[in-house]
Amino acid sequence: MSGSTTTVIKGGTVIDQTGSRRADVVVSAEGTVLAVGEDLDGDRTLDATDCVISPGFVDLHVHLRQPGKEEAETIETGARGAALGGFTAVVAMPNTTPAMDCAAVVREVIDLAADTICDVRPSAAITVGRDGESLTPMAELVKLGVRIFTDDGTGVQDDRLMRTALEYAGSLAHLSGGRPIVLAQHCEVNALSEGTYMHEGEWSSRLGIPGQPAEAEELMVMRDIALARLTGTRVHFQHMSTAGSVAMIRAAKAAGLPVTAEAATHHFCLTDACCADYDPLYKVHPPLRTDADVAAVKEGLADGTIDAIATDHAPHTPQDKERTFAEAPPGMLGLETAFAIANTHLDIPIEALLGALSWRPAAIAGLDPEHGGPVVEGSAANLAIVDTETTWTVSGADMASRSNNTPYEGMAVRGRVRHTILKGEPVVIDGEAQR
Amino acid sequence: MSGMQHLLSMADLDRDDIEQLLNLTDSFAEVSARQIPKVPALRGKTIAWLFYEDSTRTRLSFETAAKRLSADSMNFSVGSSSINKGESLRDTVETISAMGVDGIVVRHRGAGAPQRITQWTDACVVNAGDGWHQHPTQALLDLYTAAHHLGDLDGRRIAIVGDIKHSRVARSNAIGFATMGADVTFVAPRTLLPPSLEGWPVTVTHDLDEVIGEVDICYLLRMQLERQEQSVVPTLREFHEEYGLTAARAARMRDDALIMHPGPMNRGVEIAGEVADRPNAVITEQVTNGIAVRMAVLYLLLGSGLDLVDERAHVA
Repeated sequence: MSGSTTTVIKGGTVIDQTGSRRADVVVSAEGTVLAVGEDLDGDRTLDATDCVISPGFVDLHVHLRQPGKEEAETIETGARGAALGGFTAVVAMPNTTPAMDCAAVVREVIDLAADTICDVRPSAAITVGRDGESLTPMAELVKLGVRIFTDDGTGVQDDRLMRTALEYAGSLAHLSGGRPIVLAQHCEVNALSEGTYMHEGEWSSRLGIPGQPAEAEELMVMRDIALARLTGTRVHFQHMSTAGSVAMIRAAKAAGLPVTAEAATHHFCLTDACCADYDPLYKVHPPLRTDADVAAVKEGLADGTIDAIATDHAPHTPQDKERTFAEAPPGMLGLETAFAIANTHLDIPIEALLGALSWRPAAIAGLDPEHGGPVVEGSAANLAIVDTETTWTVSGADMASRSNNTPYEGMAVRGRVRHTILKGEPVVIDGEAQR
Repeated sequence: MSGMQHLLSMADLDRDDIEQLLNLTDSFAEVSARQIPKVPALRGKTIAWLFYEDSTRTRLSFETAAKRLSADSMNFSVGSSSINKGESLRDTVETISAMGVDGIVVRHRGAGAPQRITQWTDACVVNAGDGWHQHPTQALLDLYTAAHHLGDLDGRRIAIVGDIKHSRVARSNAIGFATMGADVTFVAPRTLLPPSLEGWPVTVTHDLDEVIGEVDICYLLRMQLERQEQSVVPTLREFHEEYGLTAARAARMRDDALIMHPGPMNRGVEIAGEVADRPNAVITEQVTNGIAVRMAVLYLLLGSGLDLVDERAHVA
């Protein structure tokens, strides 16, 4: 594609944080929206009839497995899956091997993501080796572009260390051009969850699988709300899965505390009953919860308590999942199904749905307006063009991921990503990745 | 029942299934009592023992049952196999299956492992204990033993006492006895009960003294001594005082009431030493019956598929 090529996206409805309007959108190969209006033309045309043109989606929570577990996923394949899911930016979690806890590994991830078809932004660990004992060189990592710190996969157990991390991170804005530094927490009190493999309740009792109570998550949510109050530093709550967590975050926001939250797609459409056949496909952390929790997460997304829909995309090879429930690693795929699952299962206006997938997570990650910004002349051309009506059947084998551990295999879902534009380049056209 | 391929959980058996198995057990108990306790019923069939968790009595019982049925067996124990070399469960199962086995008897510390295994083999799978989940042949031998003494179990009352939370025996027996019409009561402190008993056919009490004088069966569970390190009970002494079958409590039991235990016992913990030797303690009888029950299970799953009448004739 030559530098002067323009692409027009024709026949769709633009929906962003400023509202909804029928318009064609012209983007340049240099990565800019050139025009938004009626009856526009370009060198190349992408049909968007009956489609919504949205700012590109932003996923705050993906596991791309590189470095260390390239058999399950690489940054390249993960980014391809993300683009197919309408994401133009994803935040890679630091639980790689070695962990993203120092400049060398973060630089490696940045290098590996240099030419991917989705913008991959590294997060970094809060503690060295994610072992909860000493802080990573946060200032150095912020200077490399890290905006989100998390020990995801585990929570920071030590109260004093978490307070210290928040205070220190709250002193780094001068290194990030004023952009917020966010500490994101995987809320799980190990003392209540050690040696458990699913949600504790009716199903765990019946199946004889050791379970962790909802309170294992909620106690840490409670603590970190208190620490956000104490330190004034923003805390982002990852993959909120229980009714109690949603209620506490709602109250914390009402009290004006600096907290945000995400929910993973599987936590608003699957329950612990899925574990009835001991299939580790449904093993995930935090675990699938009850119907009441699912309803509360949906309610949290409907009223804005939960800011963002994340995938917690967690690829695992078939051989890793072909174990017993206790032995198999937790996690499930999510990137290529997120929009369809949200569109199928959430009864919220399309503007709110796109907000939770795009501009709200973009703001949390400090990626706006490059990602998630309004679709206007002069803005960055990172777009998702989606069809909200088409139904299709999920198939793990058809995914770009190196793994196929989707919990939605064979499920009929409604809504599909048609095109994705990254920096002006149509990286996905009619559901096909272009490279 | 004749269409059943595996025995994974007592929840898979209805009352007719259990009665059929217990009737068949009668025939095999008769075989076991013979001078030469062996029949050719499973000649030419091969059974693999896949024990990922230590077991002495269950394994010996299954092996004896298989020998009395003239089946060949194949050992695959953790200590001496590729399991220790990191082979996955699926690969192990497929390897065994490739050698041409008809049945796999599995014990695994992970709940649900036998069910997973059924997806990777055409052989019949028998659950010999999976984590905290199920131990169906234990429940069947307990039902057989109880019925031998008490007759019809309909309306009989059984107290299952002690560490229920971590017990596959409790889960299997609760379902099994309830399916046969018995009233099942769990007796334990909250720390030793499953977090939820929603949908379970049981009542619960924390007070053993409340029920001990009324029950037809007092079923004691093995207290796993390592649990005490997690402080699920303050001390074993206190557990014995509150939930152990002491001599004083045993004396309050009805004359015809049975004392049962799946073994191995911790004398002085869940059961007082002298109580285990009382005439109404049928603990060694449970062990004896275990062989006939397992013969019945292996025969029903691996046998010729003849109906029960023919099977009796064949056995005789």
